[in-house]
Amino acid sequence: MPHTTARRARRRGPRKFSSRDLAVIGVLLGIPVLLDLTLIWGPTLASIGLSFTSWDGIGDIHWVGVDNYRTLFTDYPPFWPAARNNLLWLAFLGFVATPFGLLLAVLLDKGVRFSRFYQSTLYMPVVLSLAIVGFIAQLVFSRDQGVLNAIIGNTDDPVDWLGDPDLNIWVVLLAAAWRHTGYVMILYLAGLKSVDPSLKEAAALDGANERQTFFRVVLPTLRPVNVIVGVITVIEALRAFDIVYAINHGRNGLELLSVLVTDNIIGEASRIGFGSAIAVVLLTVSLGFIVTYLVQELRGEKKR
Amino acid sequence: MTKGMTASARTAPARTPAPATPARGGRRRTRPGRLGLHAFLMTVSLAFLAPLLLAVYASLRPYEETAEHGYFSLPRHLSFDYYKQAFSDSGMSKYFVNSLIIAVPGVLLTLFFASFVAFAVSRLKMRGGLILLMVFTAGNLLPQQVIVTPLYVIFTKIDLPYWMSDSMTLYDSYWAVIAVQVAFQVGFCVFVLANFMRTLPLEILEAAVVDGAGVWTQYWRITLPLCRPALAALGTLQFTWMYNDFLWALVFVSDGDKLPITSALNNLRGQFFTDYNLLAAGSVIVALPTVLVFLILQRHFIAGLTLGASKG
Repeated sequence: MPHTTARRARRRGPRKFSSRDLAVIGVLLGIPVLLDLTLIWGPTLASIGLSFTSWDGIGDIHWVGVDNYRTLFTDYPPFWPAARNNLLWLAFLGFVATPFGLLLAVLLDKGVRFSRFYQSTLYMPVVLSLAIVGFIAQLVFSRDQGVLNAIIGNTDDPVDWLGDPDLNIWVVLLAAAWRHTGYVMILYLAGLKSVDPSLKEAAALDGANERQTFFRVVLPTLRPVNVIVGVITVIEALRAFDIVYAINHGRNGLELLSVLVTDNIIGEASRIGFGSAIAVVLLTVSLGFIVTYLVQELRGEKKR
Repeated sequence: MTKGMTASARTAPARTPAPATPARGGRRRTRPGRLGLHAFLMTVSLAFLAPLLLAVYASLRPYEETAEHGYFSLPRHLSFDYYKQAFSDSGMSKYFVNSLIIAVPGVLLTLFFASFVAFAVSRLKMRGGLILLMVFTAGNLLPQQVIVTPLYVIFTKIDLPYWMSDSMTLYDSYWAVIAVQVAFQVGFCVFVLANFMRTLPLEILEAAVVDGAGVWTQYWRITLPLCRPALAALGTLQFTWMYNDFLWALVFVSDGDKLPITSALNNLRGQFFTDYNLLAAGSVIVALPTVLVFLILQRHFIAGLTLGASKG
């Protein structure tokens, strides 16, 4: 029996497992799969289902069709500001923090001295909890004692960085970018290391300057990293929650879809059906990106 | 460049201390541009570090002083009083233990389950393995808020005996938080570990199969030891993530005494008045373990992230 299994193990195809093997596989594969289905995918489907009901968590579940969505889009004032803030978040991380992280990675990849120090420092914020980032932001941006106002020196007419609803989202985005940049940097740095140096040399021989080499030759070979960074950026933007919650529970200009979901379920109102509808909006947006990503992965898998 | 950390991401199985050779690039060509480059990198680094240093600085100064002169001023009194206060009055040590109660089993279970799923997907040539991989990976990418509502409802409906949970339900118990952490993070770890296992030579496994090794032996005795670098990397990363998590405990735990340290930080904030210096001390206390873990295990930490990105 060992011989036959050995031969068959080489190529794909059904392989005979002993009953003990089957038990091991059944249990050790079964538990995580069960966990994933009951705690992740089941609730996802349940959210979709509940979003069409007016359930408050206690009484009977009443089907209300698309009422929740209609209310959400037309008659729920915080929704559009929240959606706008999520989009801003995405744009800011995508167009400011991510390119900045890439820039830092490229600079560090040139082999500068002290690069280890730079890397550690730039990466440090990533290990902090987003809630901590929110608290630290208050030290810097607080109106009366904050460092920023002290540096600018406008003590007579202090700017309320976190209290002004037109301003605070930008301040929070800055704090979020502080953390995101290091993350992106480290991913690109690892990617850049794996680029075949002969590619760059060949491009240089062909007369490409540094910029052309990077954008036309190096960046395209970083495609897998680009995809991951893109996914992380989108997901971070949609998941954003902790920072604003730590600052002011996501009110007064800092509304986010995630905050609205949480407010509707753990608040006193307990509008579970309605909260689910907001969650489904989040889900729909993120699914678009998740599917794109998986298709990419699948292609890579096939090539293997 | 900096030996080891990124190199380990590529060739993780190399456990030998990284050789002291400066990697390619080195420090040839000293162009005048170099100076500008250093100036730029130094400025950015300091700007990145400044908020952290500020938090430490603020936590050492009494409220009256910063209230009068602001945070951007020279110190008159420096003391660890706020740390004492955070520990004694606010029970930070209790919350810290709570965090460990969640994170330690969470990390171990996650790594155990994820490594087996990854092994099954990448090594057992099962049908549907790819689909399984996709299901787990995609699950990790969902926004938490999408699943939070139904989970909340389910957890309040599941009764537990008193010895398991003093709230008598799954809601408001560590079980709930740990289970969700594990279910959620297994997705990421399966993805990373499956990629890693594919880079391991098949021959060793085949030889073991010839010797009649069962699935468990192939997994536990043969594959897992080879995955040690990846497991160390993921363990470091996952510990930080679970320790830092804020939302799960916020939603699934109602008893203030059971909150993990990140969520309990809000307790340092008064109803009407917030002593930001105390909050700064609390933040430093909460951040310290992760920063230490990062500084000590930096190589693993970064390898954990990059293993997922640059496939072996």
